[in-house]
Amino acid sequence: MVALGAVVGLGGLVISGLVGPSNPTPEKEAAYECGMPPVGDARERQSVKFYLIAMIFLLFDIEVAFLYPWAMAMRDLGWPGLLQITLFFAILVVGYAYIWRKGVLDWGPESDPDYKHAPRPGPAVIKRYRYGTRH
Amino acid sequence: MPIGYYLALSGVLFAIGAAGVFLRRNLITLLLSVEIMLNAVNLSFVAFGRQQGSVDGQIITFFVMTVAAAEAAVGLALVIALFRHRESLNPEAFTSLKW
Amino acid sequence: MTTYSFDAVIPIVCVILAGLVVMLAEAFRGRGEKMPLGGLAVIGLVGAAASSVLLWNRNATSFGVVTADNFALFLNLVLVAVGLMTVLITAQTADRDKLPAGEFYATALFALVGMMLMVQASDLLVMFLALETMSIAVYVMTGIRREAVNGTEAAFKYFLLGAFASAFFLYGVAFLYGTTGSTSLDRIGTIVASQAMAPNPLVLMAVGMLLVGFAFKVAAVPFHMWSPDAYEGAPAVVTGFMSTGVKAAAIAGFTRVFLSALEPMIGYWAPALWVIAAATMVLGTVVGVQQTSIKRMLAYSSIAHGGYLLLGLLAGSDVGKASILFYLAAYALTNLGAFGIIALLGSYSRDNDNLRDYAGLWHSHPVLATLMALFLLSLGGFPPTAGFIAKWYVFSAAIGAGYYWLAIIGFLSSVVSVYFYLRIVVMMFMTDRDARPVPAPVTGIALAGLALSLAGVLYLGVLPSQVIEWAQASVATIF
Repeated sequence: MVALGAVVGLGGLVISGLVGPSNPTPEKEAAYECGMPPVGDARERQSVKFYLIAMIFLLFDIEVAFLYPWAMAMRDLGWPGLLQITLFFAILVVGYAYIWRKGVLDWGPESDPDYKHAPRPGPAVIKRYRYGTRH
Repeated sequence: MPIGYYLALSGVLFAIGAAGVFLRRNLITLLLSVEIMLNAVNLSFVAFGRQQGSVDGQIITFFVMTVAAAEAAVGLALVIALFRHRESLNPEAFTSLKW
Repeated sequence: MTTYSFDAVIPIVCVILAGLVVMLAEAFRGRGEKMPLGGLAVIGLVGAAASSVLLWNRNATSFGVVTADNFALFLNLVLVAVGLMTVLITAQTADRDKLPAGEFYATALFALVGMMLMVQASDLLVMFLALETMSIAVYVMTGIRREAVNGTEAAFKYFLLGAFASAFFLYGVAFLYGTTGSTSLDRIGTIVASQAMAPNPLVLMAVGMLLVGFAFKVAAVPFHMWSPDAYEGAPAVVTGFMSTGVKAAAIAGFTRVFLSALEPMIGYWAPALWVIAAATMVLGTVVGVQQTSIKRMLAYSSIAHGGYLLLGLLAGSDVGKASILFYLAAYALTNLGAFGIIALLGSYSRDNDNLRDYAGLWHSHPVLATLMALFLLSLGGFPPTAGFIAKWYVFSAAIGAGYYWLAIIGFLSSVVSVYFYLRIVVMMFMTDRDARPVPAPVTGIALAGLALSLAGVLYLGVLPSQVIEWAQASVATIF
């Protein structure tokens, strides 16, 4: 079965590559973007804020994964189980309080107490305008 | 399916990850390679657990995933910090210490 | 329903609580407000030390995965000393280096949690979690000066190879789990012993993987590449912390796994470890001689010291285990003292870690120069210091176990290493200062820390019998 699948899948690719006509034009080579000519680089730079939020999400998301096994076995684990999961969450809450007070969850410049002293935008921010529509 | 298949797949993945750490030339890809190694190990934990008919293997996998997430967060933070210094993700750009 | 015993985790809980409180205090600290965060850390560490002393001889276990045998408690005390020294030195350098003090203390405490859990773990999964807790915190500490490209680069290299090593360690755990159905060291030990005559190939692979993982963490040659870079790029305080704390925890885990669960396989791993130990001692010394950065030089010296520790591990006897404990205590005090002085002599813009920076130190800082000289002599293994007794003890353990060649290699490399320690001493006392800026004077709490550390080094060197007795008592009750 595996071999048959491989033959059908790869065979289609190989045969169409060998037999099919090939006359590329710039339009054909271009990335397909809803029928419109593509604009700018797909890898446009984003604010580092997004990475920070993504990282925080990554951590808290995985921690929540521990809740599901506990919920499934809640009755068997009883009060000690509840105590343990509460402790676990208490520790996470300390981390949460830390990122909240440090301003990770604040968006926009006006909520940043350092804003007035913030470093001038470095090359990473300036380059962002080199591509795309904002010439 | 006999356990050998799972272990072979896990071994291949682990080898791919280990090779990636030394061969790839992009900091993010290096991080991905390490994650592949950890997930290869996860696969063998689950396979061994199933072979023994216990859920221990899957529980261990949970812990490993958590550790991997924490590690990835620190790794990404370091990559961002490095990028701010050199505007590059190529390891060759970082040579202020002898490698 | 099982009953829970929390005794064995009390030292760890003290440090966790201190870390959490420091983190909260830092989060709710007003802008520019000063807080005695270091004091909070000290309270937690003293609590951990006190509970470790109270647990002595009680062989407590908690949850079946954390044990508080004397071996672990002895190392807990060493780790607490490492933590206290780090806090004392940082108290003086944090403002100068613009370190985020709250984050620094919190990560240092969490790293110590990982280390203490690692020496106390009696289950491979817990040991992995401890290893990662420690490592991740130390990666952060290495790169804590984000504005310094050196530090960030060092942190990333350390991170990458550390994560790589962790994966190997974990793969080893997976193979052991696959063959024995358990991650508990006791259970693995029983099953491995029962098939020692015809071992399962998976067990052999597990031994190999675990060997690689631990060798990375103790920076043994061929897996040492990360350590000179990480040690040089990190702030000197952090270098002192990780060259002692991480090494102590990793060696402890190494000893526990290989001398309890995998002891039946000694015929397979001993030859590999022989080669690793010999290469580590030789390379650490030979490459160390060529360095011009004092931090890098001490990094290679610390690799060589890792080799001497492996000698004790290889001996495997009770004397060997006790010698590891004594060596770790002596090495921790000495190395922290030396790196503490390097940290104190640096400035925000310059590390002052070139050898030439130490020329004529005697004229500008007579006290620091004397302290540094004594620490270096102890690292080189001169008598009346702790380093001499520690080396003598390790070598006699190796000879007692029949490793004559290894003891000779160790002795020769330690003679060669004297050259580069003495080079700094000569530089400090007999060379005139050139036009380089004179480092700022050192006062206060950091000096007290250094004095305590020196007192420890001299005490262990002159009257070692009491501590040796404790070390022997530590290993008598276990594995």
